[in-house]
Amino acid sequence: MKTEYYNDHVVRLFLFASAVWGIVGMLLGMYAAAELAWPGLNLGISWMTFSRIRPAHTFGVIFAFGGSALMGTCYYVVQRTGHVRLAWGRLAEWTFWGWQLACVLAMTTMPFGITQSKEYAEPEWFIDILIAVVWVAFGAVFFATLGRRRIHHIYVANWYYAAFIIAVALLHIVNNLALPVSLTKSYPIYSGVADAMAQWWYGHNAVAFFLTAGFLGMMYYFVPRQAQQPLWSYRFSIVNFWALISIYMWAGSHHLMYTALPDWVQSVGMAFSLVLLMPSWGSAANGLLTFNGSWHRLRTDPAAKFMVISLVFYAASTFEGSMMAIKTVNSLSHYTDWTIAHVHAGSLGWVAMITIGSLYAMAPRALGRPEMHSRRAMELHFWLHTAGTLLYVVAMWIAGVTAGLMWRATEADGSLTYAFIDSLLAIKPYYAVRWFGGVLIWLGMWVMAWNLWYTAADARKKLITPIPVPVPEPVLQQTPPPLPAAG
Amino acid sequence: MAYRHFEFVEKHVWLLGILTAVMVSLGGLAEVLPLFVEARSVKPPENVKPYDPLRLAGRDVYVREGCYLCHSQMIRTLRFETQRYGRFSTAEESAYDRPFQWGSKRTGPDLARVGGKYSDDWQRKHLLAPQALVPESNMPAYPWLASAAIDGNDIAARMRTLRKLGDPYTDADIAGAAAAVEGRTELDALVAYLQGLGIANEPQPVRTSALAPSADGRQP
Repeated sequence: MKTEYYNDHVVRLFLFASAVWGIVGMLLGMYAAAELAWPGLNLGISWMTFSRIRPAHTFGVIFAFGGSALMGTCYYVVQRTGHVRLAWGRLAEWTFWGWQLACVLAMTTMPFGITQSKEYAEPEWFIDILIAVVWVAFGAVFFATLGRRRIHHIYVANWYYAAFIIAVALLHIVNNLALPVSLTKSYPIYSGVADAMAQWWYGHNAVAFFLTAGFLGMMYYFVPRQAQQPLWSYRFSIVNFWALISIYMWAGSHHLMYTALPDWVQSVGMAFSLVLLMPSWGSAANGLLTFNGSWHRLRTDPAAKFMVISLVFYAASTFEGSMMAIKTVNSLSHYTDWTIAHVHAGSLGWVAMITIGSLYAMAPRALGRPEMHSRRAMELHFWLHTAGTLLYVVAMWIAGVTAGLMWRATEADGSLTYAFIDSLLAIKPYYAVRWFGGVLIWLGMWVMAWNLWYTAADARKKLITPIPVPVPEPVLQQTPPPLPAAG
Repeated sequence: MAYRHFEFVEKHVWLLGILTAVMVSLGGLAEVLPLFVEARSVKPPENVKPYDPLRLAGRDVYVREGCYLCHSQMIRTLRFETQRYGRFSTAEESAYDRPFQWGSKRTGPDLARVGGKYSDDWQRKHLLAPQALVPESNMPAYPWLASAAIDGNDIAARMRTLRKLGDPYTDADIAGAAAAVEGRTELDALVAYLQGLGIANEPQPVRTSALAPSADGRQP
């Protein structure tokens, strides 16, 4: 029989892309943060103005950095857990180039004002069509690979990747339905309150399925690998899966509390947001408890450290999110920097850290090296990223609560205590602290890129050999399910 | 249920995919779909017309520049909100808004009822150099708006697209679009849009009663 090899070529491409997009996306975020502290920094140039580059920052970190990491790890994990080579290798490579093209187009059009203005769905219609086509191709490669797997049982990481692919396709298409006027301008088919609901159903579930389900897929494979232990409870992960994917979709309306959205939708959104805490903490607990018995690894393995802290941030920010969905709390937090603190605790703490941990775990294997080039650089990255995230989040918490309290403060006679500008003056110093936190995080991304570059030395010289797929004996009854394969 | 029932799902990718699609659709079917039906019954007030050509051009500049990233247009049903910004926003007011501009963050104040609060001249100066009027502001300057002309044919094309989506523009409205924006800049259009917020989308233009100046006489 001819030996079958894992297709790690496309995995390496995505690994490289995500390191580059991490630096680009976070540079944009850092500059946008600086502009809020020092508004003259746009230098009177339209495409450098905060309101033009902020969508490029969010698209860059979520879809370019996060998306490349998700697609790369997804291709890696589905091969390892199914003991099979990736299906349709040329289509898989096309999804890489298609995705990079979509990212470049989106990030070069938005600063020039070509935008739909729907948060996290800003790219115009022609980019949306390209994204949809690449996404369907990505789904086809993934499900075709699952269809050919040699391990009968579908490992749980793939469940999350599957839900991520299916739900993001649904959300992307429904929210972006629009009628074009020209190449660069379209109007959505929804207006007013219906548009608001469609947008936040999308916006919230982009968080749910792009930034949570996908990264949980990453977590469920790489955490047991790095802890070198089986998952704490496999069945618990399955229970959490069904609860998470069904409940998340109801919670989007908590972005529109006390607005013109019908009251019943606000209340349903709040109720489901509270229930959502259970599967969120269930997943976090399952990941953390997997380290039981191997906590000593944290002393020597920075990748494991990234993973553990990411799960702590996941638990903390999902708790915060459920609390912020309570109407009373939301009346204080909404429209303030508290929302910005929350989303960055989730994105820098949970999403970026699980990604960095997983990339450090995957890169040596995909690049044919026993370990990363420099452990001390990984340590440095860990502390830069952790310190930067804490500075960022704490600064924005203080700014958000301060502004929220000032907006509602009233005098004894019932008049408002502060003018709006007073609240801006009170929080301006924290905008500088937030910027400095961003600088630390961005420097950390450079450290990672440097480390990956040297780890890839053999791969660049084409000295590495492909890894053969271990073909197992067929097993008919396989309960409990197998561990993820090594290699 | 015995484990074997779950096991069947865990070993068949087609079933896993279908069940996942069903589970992720429930929330949207329950919350989003009824709103689309309900949204049909949200009619703009009788005497409120869709955006005139100049305000439409201004609105599209507002969208293009990303103003929604720092300014909301949604006054919540909370006392301290209505006290600062005026009567709370209703669904009818944004019935012609494609896309909606409710926003999610206030680095600057809410703009849902900013129309008429400042003079045209103040708005123009503020957009070109915010710190000249409000030294502590962190709003960026938008100097390029003053020199950018509006393309009348483009606005007419936009109105035709909006009519296809259901906005009641007449043939005369669209034919007159080019003349209405003739010689106007993007700055003119944006100021016209801002000055209509909370006024042109309201049945009665009288709305200042809810606004009380703050104790020190500054704008709330």
